[in-house]
Amino acid sequence: MASKPRVRVPKTAKKGEIITIKSLISHKMETGRRKDSKTGELIPRQIINKFVCNFNGKQVFASDWHPAVSANPFMAFNFKAEESGEFEFVWTDDDGSTYSKKASLTVN
Amino acid sequence: MSKITDKTTMSRRTALELAGGGVIAALLTGTLAGAARADAALLSDAIKKAVGDSAMTEGRITLDLPEIAENGNTVPVSVAVDSPMTEADHVKAVHLFAEKNPAADVASVYFTPASGVAKASFRMRLAGTQNVVAVAEMSDGSLFTAKKLVKVTIGGCGG
Repeated sequence: MASKPRVRVPKTAKKGEIITIKSLISHKMETGRRKDSKTGELIPRQIINKFVCNFNGKQVFASDWHPAVSANPFMAFNFKAEESGEFEFVWTDDDGSTYSKKASLTVN
Repeated sequence: MSKITDKTTMSRRTALELAGGGVIAALLTGTLAGAARADAALLSDAIKKAVGDSAMTEGRITLDLPEIAENGNTVPVSVAVDSPMTEADHVKAVHLFAEKNPAADVASVYFTPASGVAKASFRMRLAGTQNVVAVAEMSDGSLFTAKKLVKVTIGGCGG
């Protein structure tokens, strides 16, 4: 259901610098409270309920989402650059599927 | 309503008018107070579920939301908590709630000392004009809270 996971991470950072990471994924974030305009039936809930950011395999940021998070969820947060490495961003859907994206950071 | 019981001193019409008015007024205030109580109960249940029953202090949280949101489907929100973000003293989590949404929970964000600063921004749905409440959980277990009123012109959350 979701597509185009996108992240914006600076390629390089100075040691100790606090960088901003922005993430965005296309997902309709169906609340489960909307009705189908033709049949009048409730459209079942389907949202991304979890977003995690790992750095070199260790979790550095996470977020639980409820239906009150807008469609095409965006999340911006910070990270203190201490060493070079790779970020992995993982979004988990209500149906169990996951979407992921990687980005590398060089600390000098 | 005490006036109505004393029927002997007033005409039948006055008594009926008073009684009718009284009932309508009671119904109105009853539903309004009931709705507000239900919202408050939903909110406190959600907060209890997230962080337990401990006491909360106001402050340390900067809750950045527009005063007036034209579209409740996508309201930008930014929450920041004042903390050194060291291993010994950092913000573990911030939970956000909207008291008049169909479900009070909005999102929880979990920080680590590697976050550098405890700050997160995203977009949320608001079903109508209401208070948005943030609760921050510190590494020592203490809780801080803040709230902000947002006026919503068009509500989100479908329905």
